[in-house]
Amino acid sequence: MTESTKPITGAQSLVHSLEAVGADVVFGIPGGAILPAYDPLFDSTAVRHVLVRHEQGAGHAAEGYAQATGRVGVCMATSGPGATNLVTPIADAYMDSVPVVAITGQVPSASIGTDAFQEADICGITLPITKHNFLVKDPAEIPRTIQEAFHIALTGRPGPVLVDLPKDVLQAETRFSWPPAMDLPGYRPVLKPHGKQIREAARLIAEARRPVLYVGGGVLKAHASVELRRLAELTGIPVVTTLMARGAFPDSHPQHLGMPGMHGTVSAVSALQKADLIVALGARFDDRVTGKLSSFAPHALVVHADIDPAEISKNRMADVPIVGDCKEVITQLAAAVQAEYDAGHRADLTGWWTQLDSWRATYPLGYEEPADGSLAPQYVIERLGAIAGPEALYVAGVGQHQMWAAQFIQYEHPYTWLNSGGAGTMGYAIPAAMGAKMGRPEATVWAIDGDGCFQMTNQELATCTLEGIPIKVAVINNGNLGMVRQWQNLFYSERYSQTDLGTHKHRIPDFVKLADALGCVGIRVESKEDVDGAIEKAMAIEDQTVVVDFIVGQDAQVWPMVPAGTSNDEIMAARGVRPVWDEVEG
Amino acid sequence: MSTTHTLSVLVENKPGVLARVSGLFSRRGFNIESLAVGPTEHPDMSRMTIVVKVDQLPLEQVTKQLNKLVNVIKIVELDPAQSVQRELLLVKVRADAAVRSAVLEVANLFRAKIVDVGTESVTIEATGTADKLAALLKVLEPYGIREMVQSGMVAVGRGPRSITGAALRALDRSA
Repeated sequence: MTESTKPITGAQSLVHSLEAVGADVVFGIPGGAILPAYDPLFDSTAVRHVLVRHEQGAGHAAEGYAQATGRVGVCMATSGPGATNLVTPIADAYMDSVPVVAITGQVPSASIGTDAFQEADICGITLPITKHNFLVKDPAEIPRTIQEAFHIALTGRPGPVLVDLPKDVLQAETRFSWPPAMDLPGYRPVLKPHGKQIREAARLIAEARRPVLYVGGGVLKAHASVELRRLAELTGIPVVTTLMARGAFPDSHPQHLGMPGMHGTVSAVSALQKADLIVALGARFDDRVTGKLSSFAPHALVVHADIDPAEISKNRMADVPIVGDCKEVITQLAAAVQAEYDAGHRADLTGWWTQLDSWRATYPLGYEEPADGSLAPQYVIERLGAIAGPEALYVAGVGQHQMWAAQFIQYEHPYTWLNSGGAGTMGYAIPAAMGAKMGRPEATVWAIDGDGCFQMTNQELATCTLEGIPIKVAVINNGNLGMVRQWQNLFYSERYSQTDLGTHKHRIPDFVKLADALGCVGIRVESKEDVDGAIEKAMAIEDQTVVVDFIVGQDAQVWPMVPAGTSNDEIMAARGVRPVWDEVEG
Repeated sequence: MSTTHTLSVLVENKPGVLARVSGLFSRRGFNIESLAVGPTEHPDMSRMTIVVKVDQLPLEQVTKQLNKLVNVIKIVELDPAQSVQRELLLVKVRADAAVRSAVLEVANLFRAKIVDVGTESVTIEATGTADKLAALLKVLEPYGIREMVQSGMVAVGRGPRSITGAALRALDRSA
C-alpha cells in the first residue's frame, strides 16, 4: 500500500496511478488542458512518453502495443481537437476489442458546457465507441478511476476506455493512495462456462460428421492458443482462423484450412458452408465471414462460445450457447469431449477429411503473374513472410495488401499478425507497428502498407526515427486505392473513379525521398529479382527505420472472393473460376 | 409480431447514465415507447422503467447490450400479469359551468382527482395503466382537451420479493 504523506496535485496523482497500474509507455501529444499532466510525466522514470505527430497515431500505437503484448495500451491527448483525433483509433479498438486507455485533458470544470476554447464533449462523443468512459470531477477519484479504467479495458471482452480530466482537477491538491478500492457493482464478466452447456457441446462435437472449429480473435484475447491446439488435435477437427485470429493456430498445421470469409480460402469457406457442426470460439459471425447470413452454413448446428453474451445469437442463432473465457471454455470442452470418446462416442471424420483435402488440393491459394510484366504484390508479400519468418510481427493497413498479407504469410505464433479488422481503418499500420515495436522491442516488426494507407499516417515515421523505434515498412505501391479499384473493376464496369493516387503516374510523393526526409532508409524495388535483396537489406538494418517502396502492378486482385451481400456458395476461387460442389452430400 | 415489454433497470446513480441507456437503444435501432427514471430506496441506485415494443429475440439482444453497460446493475423484465404498472396523467379539460359537473363525474368514475379548477377549465390527475388512461382521455375528449402531459410507466413486481435486494448486496460488496 502506497500513500502520499504530503498533498500532491491531481496531475501527480495521475502519473503515480499510471506507474502503479503498470503502464510503461504513453503515446501522446500535450496541449492546453492536459498540460498539468505533462509536468510530472517529465520526471517519471517508469512511464515513458512517446511524442507522436498526430493523436490518431497515438491511438493506433496504443492499439499496436496492446495487440502485440496483451497489455493495456495508453494514449494521451488534450481537450477538443486533440481528443477528437483519438476518435478513429478508439472506434477501431472498440470494433476489434483492443484494451486501450485514452486519457484526455478537458477544459476546467467551470467552463464545461460553455463552448470554451478547445472544448469538446469527448465523453459524449465516445459513448458509442468505448466500453466505458469517465469524466473525473474530484482529484481524489483519480487513482480509483485509473485502476477501474485499466481493469475494464483488459478484463471480460477487452475494449477502449476513456478518462477525461478537467484541467482544474489536474491542478487541484489531493492525496494519493494505492491500491484504490474499485467500485463497479454493475461490471461482472462471466468467465466460467456452464457445465451443462459444455457437456452438450461435447456431445455434439463427438457426434458430428462434418464439424469445423471456427476460431476468432477471442482465442487470442484469452491467450488460449495452446488449449486450442490441444482441442484440435484431440478431436481431429479442421480449424479455420478469422482475420482477427490469424496466428492463433499454426498455418503449417495439417488441420488448418486457413481463413474463412470474403477473401478466405475455398476450403475454409466451403468447410463452414457444408459443415454439420460449427464450433465458434471467440468469433462473432461477422458479415465478412458469413456472406449473406440467411444462406450461411445451412446444415450446421452451432456451438457458440464467447465471453460477451451479447455476441451469442446476435447474427446466427446458437444451438448451444456458452458464455465464458475461451481459455476456460476450450480446456473444459477438451475434457468433456475426451469423456465422450472414453464412453465410445466418436464419429468418423475420414470422409469429411477426404472432402476437405480434395478442396484444398483443387483450390489452393495462389495468384497469377501480372500479364503486363509488372511485379506481383502477392509475390512481394510471400517473399517478405519467407525471409522475415514466423518470429516477426506483421502489421497491415487496410485493403488489398492487408488481404494478401493475411493470405500469403505463414503465421505460426499468436500476436504476430496485427490489423484493423472490424473498423477497416486505413492508416492503422505505421503507428500500430510503432506501438508493437515499443511493446516487443526484441522483435522484427514489419508494417505492410498500401500507398493509400501509407499517405494517411506516415508522419509517425518521424516519431520512429526520433524516439529510436526502428520498424520496417513494405509499401505495396500499386499507385491506386487498390481494393476500391478492384471493386470498380468487378462491379462498376471498370470505371476507375477517384482511385488513381498518382503515386505511379507522377511518383508523388516519391516514397524513397519521403523516407529520407523522415530520417529513414528508403529503398525502391521495381523488379522481381530485386525483391529478396531489398528485404534482406532491410532485415540487416537494425538501428533505423527502413521503407521499401515496392512498385507493383495495379491490376492484381484479391482472390478468392465472395462478392458482398451474396452467399458463400457463390465464392469465386479466381476470376471466372467457380468451384463445383456437386460431389458434396447435403 | 412485436410485443410490448417492460424492463426494470437498476442503474448506478451517476451523471450520464440516462444518456448511456437511451443512446444504446437508438444506436442499436430499438424504439423506446416510454421511459421513467427515479430514485430507489438506496441513494446510490436509480431505477428506470423502460417500455419497448420488440420481438423476443431482439429483446434478448437489447437486454444483453444493456447489461454490458458498466453502470447497469440489474435488468428484470416485468410480466404485466405479475406486476403493478402505472402511468400518471395530468389533463386540462375545457369545463365551463354548463359541463363542469359532467366532467367531475367522469373524473370520479375513473377515480381521478381534480387538482386545479378555473372558470374555464379543470385539471385532472389520474393514475393507472395505459389502457385506463386512454379510456379516460377518450371520454374527456368531447369536452375539449386543452393540454395534457403523461409520464412514462413505472412498474413493480407483485408479491413480497424485491429485485433490488441482490443488487444492493453487489453495491455493498463493491463499496
